Amino acid sequence: MEVLERAELDGLLNELKRRGYRLIGPRAERGAIVYDPVETSDDFPAGWQDEHQRGVYRIQNSGGNALFDHAAGARALKHFLIPPRRLLWRAHGGDSDFTVETPRSTPPHFAFIGVRACELHALALQDRIFIHGPQPDPEYKARREQAFIVAVNCHRPSGNCFCASVGSGPAVTAGYDILLTEVVDAGRHYFTVAAGTVRGQEVVEVLGLRSAEAGEEAVAEAVLQEAETALTRQLDLSGLREVLLGAADSSHWESVAHKCMACANCTMTCPTCFCATVEDTTPLGSGTAERWRVWDSCFTTDFSYIHGGAVRKTGASRYRQWLTHKFASWEDQFGTLGCVGCGRCITWCPAGIDIVEELDALRRKRQQKLQAV
Amino acid sequence: MRGVKKPKLAVWKFASCDGCQLSLLDCEDELLTVAEHVDIAYFPEATRAVQKGPYDVSLVEGSITTPHDAERINKIRRMSRYLITIGACATSGGIQALRNFADVNQYIRIVYAHPEYIETLRNSTPIAMHVYVDFELRGCPVNKYQLIEVLNALLNNRRPNLPTYSVCIECKRRGTACVMVSEGVPCMGPVTQAGCGALCPSYRRGCYGCFGPMEVPNTAALSACWSNIGVQKDDLVRGFRMFNAYADPFRKESEVHEHA
Repeated sequence: MEVLERAELDGLLNELKRRGYRLIGPRAERGAIVYDPVETSDDFPAGWQDEHQRGVYRIQNSGGNALFDHAAGARALKHFLIPPRRLLWRAHGGDSDFTVETPRSTPPHFAFIGVRACELHALALQDRIFIHGPQPDPEYKARREQAFIVAVNCHRPSGNCFCASVGSGPAVTAGYDILLTEVVDAGRHYFTVAAGTVRGQEVVEVLGLRSAEAGEEAVAEAVLQEAETALTRQLDLSGLREVLLGAADSSHWESVAHKCMACANCTMTCPTCFCATVEDTTPLGSGTAERWRVWDSCFTTDFSYIHGGAVRKTGASRYRQWLTHKFASWEDQFGTLGCVGCGRCITWCPAGIDIVEELDALRRKRQQKLQAV
Repeated sequence: MRGVKKPKLAVWKFASCDGCQLSLLDCEDELLTVAEHVDIAYFPEATRAVQKGPYDVSLVEGSITTPHDAERINKIRRMSRYLITIGACATSGGIQALRNFADVNQYIRIVYAHPEYIETLRNSTPIAMHVYVDFELRGCPVNKYQLIEVLNALLNNRRPNLPTYSVCIECKRRGTACVMVSEGVPCMGPVTQAGCGALCPSYRRGCYGCFGPMEVPNTAALSACWSNIGVQKDDLVRGFRMFNAYADPFRKESEVHEHA
């Protein structure tokens, strides 16, 4: 394990830029911490901390120096790996010919800085579907394989985080090129550094960092411990699949629908939700047609539209679909849970609907029902 | 419609501010392309040259507020193959539908020296309450790209790509952090139909509901959200009584708080 002083952080960023990467990292802007292009380490949200409640998010500057003193931000990495709108193909047609052209461009080389354990697990879930699944997505695959990941261990989980319950954090264990642990301690500000891949190792070697001393490693270890202690929210996963599959007719969905606006903020901010629809357009007078892939949500009416109308007309049926997919049928489909415990859907639901609470309530109702029989 | 004669387009105005017609003129570069594909036969805002009907497509802006207009819209319907209403006035009664919640005669007495000259209807109503409408394009004003999309889809015999889901979906695609969650700004986004590209939240303002109610508006839940961030009863009423005050879901929700 090596040590990167705060003053050396730009050396890492410059080395990544030299290798042709576009840097994407957390920035404090417009009331939230979001992933956005960054140029230097001064762009990182120094001192900014975030507070998450159900449907409430605030950032404030503590005046401290820590750059990564926040939990998952408002934007997930899917913005960069599965862009909200993307042209799939363009067709040119006349009376006698018809040609289809697929846009071919070099995928952007992203270096993601400050990635959390939960996000890495979300990437792993999407890899399973879009790289290793039966219908790989070449664009995702290209972007993902190019992406360089500088993960940073979480040291200040939010009140809505429950990554430990779903086994995705808070400590980063895999899926990074370089892993940093940020330490602000006794007047010093540094990162312990571990490489996770050959290319990560190459970058670390170029920086010529010194080895961490035992004391520095111990402090970094304590940071991880702190994060684990701070993470108090828990989701009981035992038998959750059965709870959900047995709850299709539960009256509980109606009570959630009372609060739910089907606005789709939950699915849009979720780092694993990847549903998309396609839109065909015909630019006027061009003799062309285009097919665009656009982020969609299971909370829209069109999402379940088949001949004769939408299958899921009510908010209750849409919420049931979403939750059941995330925690039960996702498992049947992809072999894992569909949730990484980042808490975004709880924070960013304007109505403050809390999936952990809803799942617990469904479990309680099932237990009551079983006892009554 | 393609390959034969160019379809004849007419643009009509009822009670409105002309902003939606201006959106068509705002199309600028695209307007020339539109003009290549349709014959702009009646559009007084743009040209004095007028061709007689019937028309293939009529775009109708504005709401019905006078007995004269209530008759005129029927004539226009009879000479139009397709009738498309554009904007909040035409689709929900517009901002002038605020009169529907008050006594219009009292207004007339206050405003006009000779109230006897004023012939007006009690309510400002959307076009679809008077005649059959083939398509309603929302917005205050309409989005020019959506307007072109409707014409384009009609010319190409396909369904227009016009979402009916919430503004939030466009807002999150754009990458904007929710203004209601992150700053406690009251926002109509969750119950409002997309179409503007979530313009206001991208400038950290709440949505004003210009595009009217989304497909399944849970207005009561939004009122609960607003109350949680400290919005008082009177402002709840005002929030729902903007450009689409007379759209059913917004009207009903405003009345709940007015009478609460």
